[in-house]
Amino acid sequence: MTRRHTRALAASAAALVAVTLSACASSDRDSGEGEGGEAQSGGTFVFGATGDPAMLDPAFGSDGETFRVSRQIFEGLLGNELGGTDPVPELAEDWEVSDDGLEYTFNLQQDVKFHDGTDFNAEAVCFNFDRWYNFEGLAQSPSASYYYQAVFGGFASTPDTPSIYESCEATDENTAVIRLTSVTSKFPAALALPAFSIQSPTALQEYNADELSGSEDALTYSEYALEHPVGTGPFTFDSWDRGNGEVTIVRNEDYWGEAAKLDEIIIRTISDGNTRRQELESGSIDGYDFVSPADYETLEDTGAQVLVRDPFNILYLGMNGGNVPDSGANPALQDPRVRQAIAHAIDRETIVNSLLPDGAEQATQFMPPTVDGWADDVTTYDYDVEKSKSLLAEAGATGTTLRFFYPTDVSRPYLPDPAAMFQVISQNLTDAGFTVQPTALPWNPDYLNAVQAGQADIHLLGWTGDYNDAYNFIGTFFAEASNNQASAEFGAFSAPEVFAALAEADAEPDPANRTEMYQEANRLIMDYLPAVPISHSPPALVVAENVQGLEPSPLTAEVFHTVSLTN
Amino acid sequence: MLRFIVRRLLQLIPILLGLSVLLFAWLRALPGGPAQAALGERATPEAIARYNELFGLDEPLIVQYLRFLGRAVRLDFGTSARTGRPVTTEFLERMPGTIELTVFAMVFAIGVGIPLGYLAARKHGSWLDSTSVIGSLLGVAIPVFFLAYLLRLLFAVELGWLPGSGRQDVRMDATRITNFYVLDGLLTREWDAAWDAVLHLILPAIALGTIPLAIIVRITRASVLDVVNEDYVRTANAKGLATSTVRRRHIIRNALLPVSTTIGLQTGLLLSGAVLTESVFSFGGVGSALYDALFARDFAILQGFILMLAIVYVLVNLLVDISYGLLDPRVRVR
Repeated sequence: MTRRHTRALAASAAALVAVTLSACASSDRDSGEGEGGEAQSGGTFVFGATGDPAMLDPAFGSDGETFRVSRQIFEGLLGNELGGTDPVPELAEDWEVSDDGLEYTFNLQQDVKFHDGTDFNAEAVCFNFDRWYNFEGLAQSPSASYYYQAVFGGFASTPDTPSIYESCEATDENTAVIRLTSVTSKFPAALALPAFSIQSPTALQEYNADELSGSEDALTYSEYALEHPVGTGPFTFDSWDRGNGEVTIVRNEDYWGEAAKLDEIIIRTISDGNTRRQELESGSIDGYDFVSPADYETLEDTGAQVLVRDPFNILYLGMNGGNVPDSGANPALQDPRVRQAIAHAIDRETIVNSLLPDGAEQATQFMPPTVDGWADDVTTYDYDVEKSKSLLAEAGATGTTLRFFYPTDVSRPYLPDPAAMFQVISQNLTDAGFTVQPTALPWNPDYLNAVQAGQADIHLLGWTGDYNDAYNFIGTFFAEASNNQASAEFGAFSAPEVFAALAEADAEPDPANRTEMYQEANRLIMDYLPAVPISHSPPALVVAENVQGLEPSPLTAEVFHTVSLTN
Repeated sequence: MLRFIVRRLLQLIPILLGLSVLLFAWLRALPGGPAQAALGERATPEAIARYNELFGLDEPLIVQYLRFLGRAVRLDFGTSARTGRPVTTEFLERMPGTIELTVFAMVFAIGVGIPLGYLAARKHGSWLDSTSVIGSLLGVAIPVFFLAYLLRLLFAVELGWLPGSGRQDVRMDATRITNFYVLDGLLTREWDAAWDAVLHLILPAIALGTIPLAIIVRITRASVLDVVNEDYVRTANAKGLATSTVRRRHIIRNALLPVSTTIGLQTGLLLSGAVLTESVFSFGGVGSALYDALFARDFAILQGFILMLAIVYVLVNLLVDISYGLLDPRVRVR
C-alpha cells in the first residue's frame, strides 16, 4: 500500500529529472549559436543595467541609465575621446571661437543621415538648439531639462532667468554659428553630454517630442521619447520591452563613420547586484556595470574581464559651520582651526588602501588630477593626529561633539561601502579628541535631504564628473548659492573670495588663463577648507571573456560600437 | 448562493476605501516625497517647491486624496512617475507574469506538499516524518533572496541547466498576445518560446513555492493525523472496507478540506505580488514593479497596484469561500 505512494513520489521525481535534463539540452542548444571562428563581427551583446532608462529622448535625460542607451543611438556636435574625458569633434568636424568667446562656428561632418533617412545639416543643428531654448511648460521643469538649465540657464520665455544662449544660424549647409550672451567655461565642452545630442527634426516634430503632459505624480514624456528616438549614431532604436526592462538596439547599416561590429545590443535591467553577477557567470548576460570591488577577484577567476575606469570622481567629508537657520549644526566648525583639525585627523592612506578598490587615489583637492585647473601646490592636510589635537586645543574645542551623517543601503562609485568608511573616519576623529555622534539614514531621499538641508555637522558625499571641466566639480560644490553664501550642504559658508574666483574663472574665454584661474580657485578653497577631500575611486564594469574592444570611460560613458564577440 | 456572493462583493467597498486612506496617508508621510524622487539628488528647494506647485502636491492632503479617489473609482490611477505610462496599463501588462509564476509555484507546492504531508502522517514518527517537519520549518524560515542565490548558483551557474532570471531569453523574438508567455508560445505555435518561458519559471517558482509548500505539508500532515483517528475511519476499517477505499473515500477526501482552504489563501497571497522573489529573479511581474516603485517613491504605482492587488486578493478569497461551500455542504447552509 505504501509502495504505491512511494511509486508516485518516484514518478514525480522522474518528471523533475526529465524537466531538468531537457533544460540542459535546451541551454546547450542556445549556447551553440554563434559558435566557430575567432573575433567574428556580429552577434548579440547583452548588457546588465542597474535600472531602466527614464525615457529615450536625451534632451530630457539626466541619469546614467538613460544616457547609456542614448550614447549608442545619438551623437552630439562634440563627443568624448574614447576612453578619456576630453571633448573631441563628433558631428562637428571642428570649430572656431571668436575673440570675445561669444561666437562659435561649427563646421559639420558631411553626408551624415539620421536613422529616418533625413539629412543631418546645419539647419538640423539649429533646430535642436532652438528646441531646447524654446522649451515651454513642463519641459522647463528641472527634472525634464536638467542639463540644459545647468549649462545654458533659462529659456526664451523666462526673461527673469536669462539664458546664455542667444542664437543659432545655419550660414550654409554645413556651418552652424552659435552665439552666446556671456562667456562660460562650460561651453563647448558640455556639448559632449548626451543631453545635447542632435536629434532628427523630422522625427521630433512628427512624434511631438516637446509635448510633455503630467499629473501630480509624474511627467509623461512624448511618443517620441518613449518609442521613436532618432539620431545619427552607430545603433538604431529597435524596441523597449518595459515589462521585462529590455531595450534593444540594432546596428545602423548606413552609419557615416566606422560601422558597429555587433548586430544587436540588448540592455537589460537587473536591479539586484548578486543576480547580475550570477547571470554573467551563467552566461545569460555578457557584461554589467557597477561591479562591487569585493567581486573583482571572483569574477576574474571565472575568466571575466574587470575593466577598471580611471577615477573621475571625488569623495569628501562635508562640514557645516551652522550658518543655515534652524539646522542646529555646529558653530564650532566656523573656526578654521577646528576644520583643519578634522582634515589632519583623517588617515587617507588607510582609507585608500583598505576601503577602496585598486587604483583609488588620495585627494588633495575637490577634483581629480586629470581635470584642467587641478593645482599641485594647494595647501594639504596630512594625517597627523598630534597636530590635530593641538589645533583643537588651541581653538578650545577639545571633545567637540560632531553629528556625523552617513548613508545606508547604497554603494556609489566614489563610496563603495559607506558604513566601513564611516567607521574608519569616526575612529580617526575620536583618536584626535572629537566626540562622534553617528546618524545613519537611507540614501534617497532621507540622507540626501538631510545633508543638503544642512542638518549634519559632518557628512560623506561625493560626485562623478559629467565632463572635463573644473567648474563641473568645484563650481557644483562651492559656487555662491545665494546672498553671498554657499549651499546649505556646506553650512552656507560665506567666502566671497572663493565665490568671486569661481565666477571669474567660469567667465574667462581664454583656456590657458582659465586653467590658471581655476588653479587659484583650488588654492583658495583648500585654504578656506569648507570640506575635506578624501579620495578619487575608480568604478569598474565587467564583461565576459569573449568580449573585445570595450573601452572603459572615466565618465562612465562607454560606447558599444567598438565591441565585438569572439567565438 | 447569489446573495452570499453579492454580500461579499459589497463588503469590498469599505475595505477598499479604508485601504485607500491608509495607503494615501502612509505614502505622503514618507520623507522626501515624489518631488525629490523626480528631481533627483541635487534638486534645489526652489525646484522642489515649483514641482509641488505644478502637480498640486502643495494642496491640503484631503483635496489631494479626494482628487485621487475621484479618478480611482474610474480605475484611473494616474501615470507612473518612472515610466510615464498609465498605472492600469502597467498593471495589466505585468499581472499575467505574476499569475503564471503563482500557478507554477502552487503546482510545485501542491504537487510536492500533499504527497509529502500524507506520507509524513502515514509514517508518523519515522525519519520521513521528522525530515518533512524540519524541512517545512526551514522552508518557512529561509529568506527568499538567499534561497534564490543558492538555486541560481546550483542550477544556473554551476550546472547551467536553468536560466537564472527574467521571463524569457532576451535573444528570443517571441510574439506577444496575452502576455502570458507560456500561453502565447502555445497559441502562436512558437514551441521554443513557450518552453523557454516554462524553464524561466522553474527557479522562481521553487523559490516562491517553498513557503506554501511548507505550510501545505504541515496542514496535510496534521489533518491526515486527525482524520485517521476519527470514528468513521475506524468504522470503515471495522466493516472490512478495502484499505485503499478507506484511504481514498474517508481519509484523503476529509483531510483535504482544510488543505484546500490553505491552498486558496496561499494562492491569494502569492497573486498579490511576490515582491522579493520577483525582484531577485528580475521577473517582470507586479511584485518587481512594486519593489522598484517603493525605491523610486513612485506613488501612483504603489497606490494603484496595492489597491488592485487588494481587489484580486479579496476576489480570490471569495472564490475560496465559494469552492469551500461546494466541497462541504455544511458551509453553504450557514
